[in-house]
Amino acid sequence: QGTRDHAPAQAALRERLLGTVVSCFKRHGAAAIDTPVLELRDTLVGKYGEGAKLIYELQDQGGELLALRYDLTVPFARYLAMNKISKMKRYHVAKVYRRDNPATTRGRYREFYQCDFDIAGQFDPMIPDAECLKIVHEILSDLQLGDFVIKVNDRRILNGVFAVCGVPESQFIPACCTVDKLDKVSTGLRGRHFWSWDGCLRLGSVVAVLVEKSFTAAEMGLGAWLVRLLTVVPHKLCLCGLMEAVGEGNILQQLMSFCALQMPWEEVRSEMVAEKGLSPEAADRIGEYGRKVPCVGVSIGIERIFSILEQRLEASGEKLRTTETQVLVATPQKHLLAARMKLISELWDAGIKAEMLYKKDPKLLKQLQYCEDTGIPLAAIVGEQELADGVVKLRDVATRKEVRV
Amino acid sequence: MAEEAAVRAQAETVRRLKQDKADADEIAKEVAKLLEMKAQLGTDEGKHKFVLKTPKGTRDFGPKEMAIRERAFKAIISCFKRHGAEVIDTPVFELKETLTGKYGEDSKLIYDLKDQGGELLSLRYDLTISCHSWGDDSFSCPSLALSQVPFARYLAMNKITNIKRYHIAKVYRRDNPAMTRGRYREFYQCDFDIAGQFDPMIPDAECLKIVHEILSDLQLGDFVIKVNDRRILDGVFAVCGVPDSKFRTICSSVDKLDKVPWEEVRSEMVAEKGLSPEAADRIGEYVQLHGGLDLIEQLLQDPQLSQNKVAKEGLGDMKLLFEYLTLFGITGKISFDLSLARGLDYYTGVIFEAVLLQQDNEHLEEPLSVGSVAGGGRYDGLVGMFDAKGRKVPCVGVSIGIERIFSILEQRLEASEEKIRTTETQVLVASAQKKLLEERLKLISELWDAGIKAEMLYKKNPKLLNQLQYCEETGIPLVAIVGEQELKEGVVKLRIVATREEVNVRRESLVEEIRIRTSQC
Repeated sequence: QGTRDHAPAQAALRERLLGTVVSCFKRHGAAAIDTPVLELRDTLVGKYGEGAKLIYELQDQGGELLALRYDLTVPFARYLAMNKISKMKRYHVAKVYRRDNPATTRGRYREFYQCDFDIAGQFDPMIPDAECLKIVHEILSDLQLGDFVIKVNDRRILNGVFAVCGVPESQFIPACCTVDKLDKVSTGLRGRHFWSWDGCLRLGSVVAVLVEKSFTAAEMGLGAWLVRLLTVVPHKLCLCGLMEAVGEGNILQQLMSFCALQMPWEEVRSEMVAEKGLSPEAADRIGEYGRKVPCVGVSIGIERIFSILEQRLEASGEKLRTTETQVLVATPQKHLLAARMKLISELWDAGIKAEMLYKKDPKLLKQLQYCEDTGIPLAAIVGEQELADGVVKLRDVATRKEVRV
Repeated sequence: MAEEAAVRAQAETVRRLKQDKADADEIAKEVAKLLEMKAQLGTDEGKHKFVLKTPKGTRDFGPKEMAIRERAFKAIISCFKRHGAEVIDTPVFELKETLTGKYGEDSKLIYDLKDQGGELLSLRYDLTISCHSWGDDSFSCPSLALSQVPFARYLAMNKITNIKRYHIAKVYRRDNPAMTRGRYREFYQCDFDIAGQFDPMIPDAECLKIVHEILSDLQLGDFVIKVNDRRILDGVFAVCGVPDSKFRTICSSVDKLDKVPWEEVRSEMVAEKGLSPEAADRIGEYVQLHGGLDLIEQLLQDPQLSQNKVAKEGLGDMKLLFEYLTLFGITGKISFDLSLARGLDYYTGVIFEAVLLQQDNEHLEEPLSVGSVAGGGRYDGLVGMFDAKGRKVPCVGVSIGIERIFSILEQRLEASEEKIRTTETQVLVASAQKKLLEERLKLISELWDAGIKAEMLYKKNPKLLNQLQYCEETGIPLVAIVGEQELKEGVVKLRIVATREEVNVRRESLVEEIRIRTSQC
């Protein structure tokens, strides 16, 4: 339930999509890693807060207690800790497993791909963070999904807002969760019992200006403070060409930390249009290592993008090829199987992507039909005459033109 | 410990309060108390005793291993694509009932997911023929004929009658792995299959051609692909007087001939499996044979075999296969080997296995086989087992022993001391003086936008030496250096790391220059 078999057309589309994402990660010099799909239950427990009930556990079959990985971030943190790595730029494209009830049209299945890019290490502030945003921008542009915006915020700013609004510290995380829902729910925090509008008016300096702007935006609580944010966050963001990506009047959102009861991290995360980014937990949470490794990273919501591309493809009626075959080796007359096999073998040995029908004496029409059905652009035809002349008739399937080669 | 118990009790209290929808302030108070207690615990005894590891029998793949893996997959996938195969992907879960009952005794090796109130699920056991032993452990074949469960199910469910597909994915087994021999609980399988009713032996020949191409491309060294046919073996057993009931068990004995001498196999058949010594001897006359077309011709003339219907069928097809393989130009590495038995339960026709050969420089006449790296065959009855109407779809396919190949490539790499790059970065954007971070950011952004693979150090004012050092460590071939002088002149200094020569390149031409230089490598 909630998993699906990927027919060839879907698989081809997915391959294209993942290819684009990975080539972007590589362009930025990330190395790949892979971790097992299974983790010790203890590794995952306690890291996800509310998400914990969504973890797939394996039955106790008398060995270690195991569970399927819920994301790629905790495994990454574990990898860093186990290998005592303090600096790393890595990407990881793999499937993760969650038990939520999928609303299939919104593209959330129980088994789905995540594409994560993370930079771990102590560096000069905001440079790696800016690169992460640049990567998101590149991927979304390359995929040509249409117009997009990347919303940015900082946990420290929100905590500050909550503090001055009189939200008790123990409520910070739940407050974040609620704020996080703002883009999906039109009513804001108004009416929530743990903070009031009056509180907002007591804000000082930067934060006050921001909130003030929000009042006039008439949308909800936290308003368009992006421009102000840029004076707080170094202007590196502009230099990486992101200014145009950031719209105005957008609601800033908190990025969720899935670790419910813990010290907040010093990071800035960006939220993608499709999927939320996570703050990875540092090595010291895992236990043995004891050292903090600052991390910043992004998780691409590949399934959501895949759904969008799939719908687009269906709507456009464009037929996506499921193979990459360049030429079909065909014979018009009977008893020419040997000639076909010899020729196709030469083509394969030279690295050409070629196919032939598995029939001793196929009709030429059927062979050409096969090309049209599967999108093969060329047909290399050897008939008795061609064999005698030492040539091959190369036919362009689309135009039907033939040349002797 | 007392404190831990107290923390747990406090957590219970909080949970209960929340459940009872108690007063918000009270909950907050208890939560704060819990937090404090946890913090206390943290400082008191140090970190909670937690074991940091991957589950038994699984491992992480670091950048170096991934680079090797990518190299292997690239060769394999490009071969599959060259032959026009499509890719399908099936979920890692199977309904538990689909898997159990198909693997017989092996069912206890399947990972089960906890019953969390939904369907009972298990992790996929294999994509393909499961009873091959890639390792040196002998792994007895499951008593039920089964393999390629997800693929066969997919064909049956979608009523597909012909498809040429490849599938690379991880599968999960709970057996005790001997890690040094490369058998983990989570491992990759890599399959290629052609399903459909076609003229005989053409798809089978293509499978063999594919194995040949992959093993050649990977440059693993010398190899041989042994081929045989179930019908030939059945025929041999029949004419040698093996009772029907003993076919399978004699088969598994014969299968050991690649590792164990004939004498031992013979005594196992007679002593343990109750075969008559005469029958065993007659079997010995056949199963120790191997060769090419000439052997096939010889057997076709064999007075007894030529009387046996299935043997004749098998030999006829084998001859046809060899003719096709000759056209494909690969018979040099093919050996018709009558000792090849491989899990005959589900194979219905041709079977094959590829083994790497170790050239021993000493006095051995025949090269030692290092172990199989690919195997497969024709299995015409499998889809029919899943189809509601029992409709058959003939299939032939091959499974590539990718884990074994990884091991070999890893060992090779270590032995050769070749340094494998873990990234594909073409150029490092560096600065020679201080306060040039912005210029670096601008330049690298231009390069990324043009599709160039570029990196820079995450330091405001890095030393040039450190930046060059980074290139040498990670294998980045070029450095684009921005300096105050160069900026004024509108050029960028491009440095070739290997030779240390430097050229001044105009900013507009930089992208093109990098492309040219890196394509030459």
